[in-house]
Formats: sequence, C-alpha cells, structure tokens
Amino acid sequence: MNTETQNAARRILVKGGHLIDPSRDVSEKADVLITAGVVEAIDKPGAIPSDGAEVVDARGLFVAPGFVDMHVHLREPGYEYKETVATGCLSAVVGGVTSVACMANTNPVNDSGAVTKYIIDKAKVAGLANVFPVGAVSIGLGGEALAEFGEMFEAGIVAVSDDGHPIMKSSLMRHALEYAKMFGIPVIAHEEDLDLCCGGVMNEGLMSIRLGLEGIPSVGESAMVARDIELARYTGGRLHVAHVSTAESVEMVRRAKHDGLDVTCEATPHHFTLDDSAVAGYNTNAKMYPPLRTERDVAAVRAGIADGTVDSIATDHAPHHRDEKASHFDEAAKGVVGLETVLPLTLALVRDETLTLERMVDALSTQPARNLGIERGTLARGSVADLVVFDADRAWNVNATELASKSKNTPFDGWEMRGKVTRTIVAGRSVWEDAA
Amino acid sequence: MERKRHLLGLEGVSAEDIQVLLDSAETMIEISQRDVKKVPVLRGKTVVNLFLENSTRTRISFEIAAKRLSADTINLSGGGSSLSKGETLADTARNLAAMSPDAIVIRHPSAGAAILLAEVLDCPIINAGDGAHEHPTQALLDLFTIRQAKPELKGLTVTIVGDILHSRVARSNIYGLLTLGAKVRLCGPPTLLPPMFEHLGAELHYDLATAVRDADVMMMLRIQRERQGHNFFPTLDEYARYFCLTEELLAEASSDVIILHPGPMNRGIEISSGVADGPYSLMMNQVANGVAMRMAVLYQLIIPGHDGIRGSEIPERTPTSATG
Repeated sequence: MNTETQNAARRILVKGGHLIDPSRDVSEKADVLITAGVVEAIDKPGAIPSDGAEVVDARGLFVAPGFVDMHVHLREPGYEYKETVATGCLSAVVGGVTSVACMANTNPVNDSGAVTKYIIDKAKVAGLANVFPVGAVSIGLGGEALAEFGEMFEAGIVAVSDDGHPIMKSSLMRHALEYAKMFGIPVIAHEEDLDLCCGGVMNEGLMSIRLGLEGIPSVGESAMVARDIELARYTGGRLHVAHVSTAESVEMVRRAKHDGLDVTCEATPHHFTLDDSAVAGYNTNAKMYPPLRTERDVAAVRAGIADGTVDSIATDHAPHHRDEKASHFDEAAKGVVGLETVLPLTLALVRDETLTLERMVDALSTQPARNLGIERGTLARGSVADLVVFDADRAWNVNATELASKSKNTPFDGWEMRGKVTRTIVAGRSVWEDAA
Repeated sequence: MERKRHLLGLEGVSAEDIQVLLDSAETMIEISQRDVKKVPVLRGKTVVNLFLENSTRTRISFEIAAKRLSADTINLSGGGSSLSKGETLADTARNLAAMSPDAIVIRHPSAGAAILLAEVLDCPIINAGDGAHEHPTQALLDLFTIRQAKPELKGLTVTIVGDILHSRVARSNIYGLLTLGAKVRLCGPPTLLPPMFEHLGAELHYDLATAVRDADVMMMLRIQRERQGHNFFPTLDEYARYFCLTEELLAEASSDVIILHPGPMNRGIEISSGVADGPYSLMMNQVANGVAMRMAVLYQLIIPGHDGIRGSEIPERTPTSATG
C-alpha cells in the first residue's frame, strides 16, 4: 500500500482539546476530524461521531497547526555525522515541528536544483516532517555570483539565503532582492557585517572583557539590518531578517514594518531566553552567530515577539558533533540544536505574560508559513492536516543525551522545562506520540 | 571532597590566598640567592610545561623554578607536539595526564584553554597565559615586586598603560590589585580601552599625563606591533607620542614611583630608555621575582596539605528552568 492509499484509509479524530488556529482567529474547545490527510471537519466538542476513526484524546491539551520552523540546518548532504534529513526530521516532530525550511550550507551547497531535489527525496523517504529547502543566494555561498534561483525554485525551494555567510557585497544583496521577486520568494538574511564582527566569538561586552574573548559588537548586526532594510525599501523586494539578536535591529524592523515594507523577522529561543552570561566558564554550547547578547537585547527581542515586529520564532537548529564543541572556545563550532526545546521555551514567554497562547501559535506556525508562502500553519477545513497536540504544563528535564537529534549541543541541558508535545500529525499521519 | 588545585586566574581569588602565595615567594627568594640554588622539596615530582604559544621568558622562568625545587621538567611546545599532527588540546592533555605529572603549566593563544584542561584533568593546572584572558603568575610577581618596594599595597594608585583590551597581564593585575585594596587606573587609546573595563572597578584615562599624576606604580604594557595593521592606532610613532612614559611625564607621579614592565619592552614606544634604565625601574627585579613566585606557586599547588588556589571560578549558570 503506498502512502496515498494509507492516508485515504486513515481517519483521525482529535477529541476534547482546546484548538488554537490563529489563521482563523480561533481559540476554543473543538474536535478536529482528519480524513485522507486533510482537515475534514471542525466542530464543537462531541459533535463529530468517531465512526471508526482513530481517536486522539486531547482532553486538557492544546491542539494547533504543526509548527513551521523556517530556520533549520539538516546537514545532509555532506555532514551526515552531525545530522541527516531523517534524524533532523525526527527531532522536528518530537518538538512538534511539522515543517522545516533547511538552510543551504550543506556540502555540496544547495545552489542547484539537483541538491534541492536530493534533499526533498531524502525527506520523502524519512516520511516524518515536511522539508522545504532554502536555496543559496550565491554560488557556493561565495558571496559573489547569483545562484540559479529559477532552477532551484522549480525543484522546490521556498526561499533563498546565504545563512552562515553574511552577504557583504551590497550589490549582490540588491540583485538578490530584485531577482527573487520573479519567484515571489523571500531573501533570508543572516545579518552580520563580517568586517565589523571580524574574529569575534561572543558578544562584545563586559562578559567578553572578563573572559578575554574577542567580541562581536552589536552594531555588526544592526548596521547590516539597516543596509538590507534600505535595500528592501529601494527594490521593493521581500526581506526576511533571520535570528534577530539586538535591540537596535528589532527597532529597525519595527520601523520598516511601520513604513509598509515587505520585511519579516524571526528570533530564536536561545536569543529570547539566554544572555551572554551563559558563556561563563567558556561554555561552547553557548557559542553561536549571532551571539547571545545582553539582558537588554533579550528584553527587546521578547517585546518584538509580543508586538509582532518579530513575527516568527525559528530555532536555527544547528547540530554539531560532540568533538566540534569539546574544543577551546575560539575553535569550537558555532550553533546549537533547538527543535526539541522550542515549545517549552516559548511557553515560558506565555507564562511570564509576554505572549498570549494564541500569539505563540501564530509565531510558531501561522506567520512562518506565510513568510515562506507555504500552505501550512492553518487548520482550516480542507487544509493539509499538519497538527500538534501539546500539554502546556507537563514538566520535564532536558537530557541532552536523550535528544532525537543526532547532535546534542544544547545550552539547555539539565534545564527543567514545562510544556511537551504529546502528538505530532503530518498530513493526517501520526508521526510521533509521547510515550509517557 | 578534595578540592582541585589549580591556578587558572586571579579573578575570584581571595586576598588570603594571594597573601599565602606572596609570603611563600618571600622564602623562595632566599633559595635563589644561595650558592647551591636547589632544595629537594619537589624531588620526584614531574612538571610539564605545555607551551603552545611562543614564550621565552615565562617558559624559562617556570623551568628554572621547577628545577630549583628539584622537580623534573618536561617541555612541550606547539611545533614539535602532537597538536601539530591534529590532536586536540584535550587529548594531548589526557595523554600527558596518563603519564602522571604532578602539575601542568600551560600557555595557549586561546582564552579558556587552562580552564578546559582543568575540567578534563585531575592534576594541578597552572595558567601561564591563555589568550587575552589571564596570566596570573605574571600578576603575582608584579604584586610581589610592588610589595617589596612599598610597605603596603592597600591604597596605592597603580596605573596600567597600553593595550588593555588584548592584555591578559592587565586583567590579572586588575583583579589582584583590586582584591588587595589598590586603586587601579587604566590608560590607553579608546580603541584599546573599551568602557566596559570600568565595570571591573578601574578608572579609565585616555590622557597619560592625567593617569600618571600621583601614581605610586606605573605598569607599562608591551604594545604589540601587529596591532598597527588593524587601525587600533595609526602608527607606532603616534602611539609613542601619546603613550610613551618619559622622564618628563614621570615627574608628575608620586615621588617614590616605581616602574614595572612585563617585558619584552619596546624602547622609545611605550617606555623611554631614560625611564627604563632609570632608578625607579624594577624590571630586572620582576624577572628575578618571577622565578621565586613560580617556585611558590608550584610548591603550594603540588605539595599536599594546602587548600590550593582555585582562581577564575566563573560560576556556571546555576541549573535553570523555563518553567516560568
């Protein structure tokens, strides 16, 4: 039996939960019936007869469109020792993420239709989360020559980005923003002026002074955000600011949105949870680019998420092998895994009343799907049944060694979390269920 | 639980611990003045000098210190070691540890390297300079030299001049001096003296004449010639114009001012020859004291019965929660 016929046969009734669907402004108790991979019916609790459907008991739980993580590194092809499409997708669905956009810094770089197709095929075989590749802006992420957006677009990319390799050449950025308009896809920008950030390994501030580590000044980010917002204004292109980390960047995005520019923005859980004090003791799991900033920046990022300036939450899931993190700080790999901790870390913002639950789901599902132009992030009747069921209160402890990701580089090892995904459904198929 | 015995830095080291080391160096000075400069206190002990960054003075100072205490010394440097064959620092250290040394002295270009070793190994680790982080034995010998010349460290005004941003010597001295009650002034161009240093408890000055005024101790740092290429200052000439300590400037200092320099110095750039060779200069005392100070550190860390000096214990963020 192929997947299509399996889906056709499968009916799931998610019953008794509190449904949050920001795409339709819904937040109420409701049952959801899934048939043949799509949402067939939504009705008052108890109104839909089970009729032989598999019943998912969601009493006391929340039901939402599956999370869409627009910033993930799946590492395949090329770095399978860190993560594969399959292990990354497993990590995703454990965290409630049903769609991931994966960055192009693989080996070979995803700057061609062939690599795009390879990744999509791997994802189909894995059969867990949806994978939407992001193509490179420049050939080989070299920052010089525009890659073939068209060929990659036809193979399935949903955005372009030289993530990890900030585009220093302003004319390339300008042309990328213009050329991408032909395909209606956003340019996702990793905003760091490498000339200003040169050699830095952590935020420049009192902590870098104490540790004797080379600092990365916050202006290295905000200067690039300023440039790219002006380029977006000039070209009318679609700019998505990745992993915003400074108060100044947030404020500039706020003004850009106010001015009506086509600018969107994401923040990561580590940037809205941790400040640079997490680097103390040369903790290499607190090393990433852009770096963890100050308390003031963390507060600004949170406020940005609350008022919608930072419309989306993305993890920048960046798996690295243990050996690559066991080095001294200067040499250690940059980046942290994040797919499996995104829900509880975002729920912490709900508990401290920074966000409503509805805004949380909006930032995790609906907005990022809109940014990528993919038909996800909604549970409207007839839409693809990507759905997550979660317990907002369940307490658990992060144990890095137990993560589903192939890599264990989390700065949250040992943390007590509240909030856990209990069931993940992708296209009407239950792909993960919490054993507890 | 037995406390690990390391000297990783002076941040967080108590005044009592520093005094113990300084007092201990006092007795070591005497050994270096004997006809037979050797005592058997570390006989049968092995000290590994793991120097992964160029150093002559510090490495020789540690080696002489260990030998005067009768320890066996092994010297490893970057080029000839297995690190040049791709082995990681932690693996090199584990291999060394398997040979049961009694202490490892490490010099490394990256900040945190000594702390990394201390996390991996059980034997005492002595930081002989890690990137721009700390160089605790240099600061201890500086403190010792000041203490020899001045009756009391408390209340003294100590001015440190130069490339503060990149200086591990400055950092260790700031911590040590403040802990012992001295006042610390930092002086340099704003490119090499970020405002954050004020949060460590020091005063910042961009004008050397102001920073010299009534100072009891002038500590001049070596200006790295390679900084010139990175626009931290236009030229060495212009650097010297504003930050070279001359006899004329020194006239504004306290009448019994002393001059320290960790070496190697650039004559005519951060310090004029007149000052370097003048009566207030204690640079050669620093070098002699360096051996005694390192003897004291080795002795205090290797011989059981001491509590050890931990240092640089930047506490890990206590296990945290996202439970709101």
